[in-house]
Amino acid sequence: MTAPPLGKDLVGLEDLSADQIRLILDTAEPFKEVSERPIKKVPALRGKTIVNLFFEASTRTRISFEFAEKRLSADTVNVAASGSSVQKGETLVDTARNLEAMRIDMVVIRHPSSGAAEFLGNRIRSNVINAGDGKHEHPTQGLLDLLTIRDKHGKIDGIKVCLVGDVLHSRVARSNIWGLLKLGAEVGVCGPDTLLPRGIEELGVCRFRRIEEAIEWADVLNVLRLQLERMEMGFIPSVREYYRVFGVTAERLEKVARPMTIMHPGPMNRGVEIDSRVADGPHSVILDQVTNGVAVRMAVLYLLAGGRPELADAAKRSGGLE
Amino acid sequence: MRPLLLKGGRVIDPSRGFDQVADVLIQDGKIAAVGTGLGLPDGAEVRDVRGNVVAPGLVDVHVHLREPGNEDVETIASGARAAAAGGFTTVCAMPNTDPVTDNQAAVGFIVRQSARAGLTRVYPIGAISVGQKGERLSEFGEMVGAGAVAVSDDGKPVVSSHLMRTALEYARTFAIPVADHCEEPTLAAGGVMHEGLVAARLGLKGIPAAAEEIMVGRDVLLAGLTGGHVHLCHVSTRGSVALIRSAKEQGVRVTAEVTPHHLTLTERDCERYDTHAKMNPPLREAADVAALRQALKEGVIDCIASDHAPHAYDAKEAAFDDAPFGIVGLETAFAVAYTELGAGGILTLAELVHRMSTAPAAAFRLPGGTLKPGAAADVVVLDVAARWTVDPAAFFSKSRNTPFSGRALAGRAALTLVGGKVAHQAEAPAGS
Ligand SMILES: [Zn+2]
Repeated sequence: MTAPPLGKDLVGLEDLSADQIRLILDTAEPFKEVSERPIKKVPALRGKTIVNLFFEASTRTRISFEFAEKRLSADTVNVAASGSSVQKGETLVDTARNLEAMRIDMVVIRHPSSGAAEFLGNRIRSNVINAGDGKHEHPTQGLLDLLTIRDKHGKIDGIKVCLVGDVLHSRVARSNIWGLLKLGAEVGVCGPDTLLPRGIEELGVCRFRRIEEAIEWADVLNVLRLQLERMEMGFIPSVREYYRVFGVTAERLEKVARPMTIMHPGPMNRGVEIDSRVADGPHSVILDQVTNGVAVRMAVLYLLAGGRPELADAAKRSGGLE
Repeated sequence: MRPLLLKGGRVIDPSRGFDQVADVLIQDGKIAAVGTGLGLPDGAEVRDVRGNVVAPGLVDVHVHLREPGNEDVETIASGARAAAAGGFTTVCAMPNTDPVTDNQAAVGFIVRQSARAGLTRVYPIGAISVGQKGERLSEFGEMVGAGAVAVSDDGKPVVSSHLMRTALEYARTFAIPVADHCEEPTLAAGGVMHEGLVAARLGLKGIPAAAEEIMVGRDVLLAGLTGGHVHLCHVSTRGSVALIRSAKEQGVRVTAEVTPHHLTLTERDCERYDTHAKMNPPLREAADVAALRQALKEGVIDCIASDHAPHAYDAKEAAFDDAPFGIVGLETAFAVAYTELGAGGILTLAELVHRMSTAPAAAFRLPGGTLKPGAAADVVVLDVAARWTVDPAAFFSKSRNTPFSGRALAGRAALTLVGGKVAHQAEAPAGS
């Protein structure tokens, strides 16, 4: 038996090699097709039990994982923080022990503390998939962004991608930075200095203080959600001013001749970080991101469960995955 | 008590600049004589300590012993036992207990518990403010009368500059230092590690170096203004070092301490969310470590203090954000410092003994830190050739939260005497 191609857990893209990331993206390709079938189901994870453990509300990520799990025929249980013992008092350690006792195969965890997924993964035998831990990483979002860029541009190597907005508090930004750098993209970040981590250039990204410069430079803008509570915390003076200085608007995009790919991990604040005309415009791939999210999560679940990459490909040709 | 002769060790007494092979005679709990060819009193016990170092017992001006209030993680007795095992004969207990040690009765309780334990001397530090609330001064005079040797609101910074000023002024009457945990709370709020690249990568909120340096700057200015003695706890940044250096050059009455972990570990030790590397102030950068070592060598930083902070196993078994700050240090302090600084050529052994014994005793005007004839026989015999591996399960402390677990270290206390009485003896005794 060879070692599983991704290891036991998926905690973050920082820990993956370029080859492992490419493997996930390539494995996602045949799964895209599954979602186009009239019967959107393959038996790849039949008999596997997956718990979606969400300590933080996130409708879209949870639904995306759930679709991915169901389309692979896994049995799934959703545990939401509200209305369960995970909400108050029970520690992450006890949660881990209880899950272990129930002999589940995989855990998809979303948690407000950075490091929570790794913590859980180190304490249970089941596979752990990080669905967002604090401000650390959101690897499946990073992967679906990579897949979307690859679909749109035919490659990732050499593409210039700028993350716009609240990089400081964004797990999506961190996963994007690692994934993009590993696959050879050039990465920029743009936002007020209050929302960019000090010293982030040392990771190998370039910093833009003005959105106009970022637009001038980039092939892809990945516009991050601005949490409105950042205002109360004093990181920005007002939403109005943020939109005026950093908003990704049609007027700003019109100034560059090239088409600009527009991405957003959602949920969007229209008129805060992004103009509706841009979000709904011809170069927006925001809905492709959502579609790719299911395929990428199917690929991650499949590979972590021990699915062999070449089988996914063969299955695509023969029309069935086992 | 039988007279005791420690024979043939390398005697290092920084208080007198003494460093040579000699015998130390202890009689009636006091140092009777230091020299060669000492006459042996009737019935004296002789211990051959050749190859070992005989030094004044180590002094730690910053420990948290959790009693009263949290006796399941440490007590004064268990802390004193751990201290003795680490070669310490004197420790100063911070007042952030529950209830806070902010009055004469609470101070007296610690003095009595220390006497009952009969091991390493535990001197209480009283709170600066009532309940450590940062509002009203507590009764320094009453607390000093009951045995307090300093005041501090450690665990919390003194936010009000006015309170800090009045504390420095008022403390002058009693000739005690005001020890401050330097942390500007609005900058540090919510932070769990050093603000830098590692925090950015891990997605953890950082505490910038400036949060400490602003308060160090304020405190030395206020010490200059008042003529009071400020003692800066657990200095962690190169910027703080520069501020202290310049204040000392201007004659400000400032002393400072640094922990073994800030001298040896960096922000990188927080990788993989290791909660045993979570402390406040946080572990900083390599350049800070280098500056702290240099400052200790030069005496800009006066002494090493452990900031021994016991926590329950379960508390550290948590996500990084949720774990408490702090680590235990009494049983590893000397060996960590000796291995990293002594054997590493940064400090000579005599300098290290000075920074862990004579200098902290002087900073807090405590007895100890000397082998002068007539002084209490607070003595440590250090087996500097010993090689050992840190095993937290073997700690005398009730807590095990250390980032040094599994580390191979050099040097340990073979014998610790407090007032001539054996407070600790290592398993393989130093001679017989
Ligand atoms: Zn402190």
